[in-house]
Amino acid sequence: MIENILNIIGIENYIFLTVLLFCIGVFGVLYRRNAIIVFMSIEIMLNAVNLLFVAFSTYHQDAEGQVFVFFSMAVAAAEVAVGLAILVSVFRNLGSIDIDNLKNLKG
Amino acid sequence: MSPVLITFYFLAAFTLATAFLTIYSKNPIHSAIYLVLCMASIMGHYLLLNAQFLAIVQLIVYAGAIMVLMLFTIMLMNLNKEDEVHKPRITRLGAIVVFILMSVVLITIFINSKTIMGEYDSTGEDFQSIKVLGKVLLNEYMVPFEFASILLLVAMIGTVLLTKKEKEQK
Repeated sequence: MIENILNIIGIENYIFLTVLLFCIGVFGVLYRRNAIIVFMSIEIMLNAVNLLFVAFSTYHQDAEGQVFVFFSMAVAAAEVAVGLAILVSVFRNLGSIDIDNLKNLKG
Repeated sequence: MSPVLITFYFLAAFTLATAFLTIYSKNPIHSAIYLVLCMASIMGHYLLLNAQFLAIVQLIVYAGAIMVLMLFTIMLMNLNKEDEVHKPRITRLGAIVVFILMSVVLITIFINSKTIMGEYDSTGEDFQSIKVLGKVLLNEYMVPFEFASILLLVAMIGTVLLTKKEKEQK
């Protein structure tokens, strides 16, 4: 029963789900000004791609897709740690984390 | 409709709804809690695909570590209030247009690449249990696995350096 899960659900349903999830992430990056919410949107995008990786790993009966997801999770953890540290120091210097205030490099 | 299909549709609707509420809710604490629910439902998808190892890692790393880090940062900066100003209307309209166009384009690309993907054949062979995955990870992917540890170490040192208070310059 569980071996032919993709015969029941179909790879198309997973593609619809992950594409919509990824686009919600893109929408969040463009829509919000709070830098923490922008960070959460990036996490949503990473998770969408990871889910598609696992779906295709099952589709092709290959473990390497899941190994790749494992590495991408390690990179995501490092990225969040460094990104939040940058946000903390931005907050210390500017007093807010509104991304529209970060325009000192604009000529 | 089989019970598996009903479970999938329920989980998918839950994932999309919580992801949308993450972006839509005004209070950052609410966003973080919706994001935890979103990650947990993605863990449900992994369990449905029988990827046990990744399901556990997803729960520990995302719903555990990353979300605790984000909640700590939100509370450290005292952001749990709803005073965010909206972006200009033209930018928000642009975001919605980008959302719709990108979904249409990506779905069309993936559906039309059906001929390249090949056929799904379930051989019934075990390829994703923790035992098999551990062998693949420590035989073929030994070097990247070690480099991942170096990456995490460097990230840790970088974080400490970035958040350390600068000394008063005299």
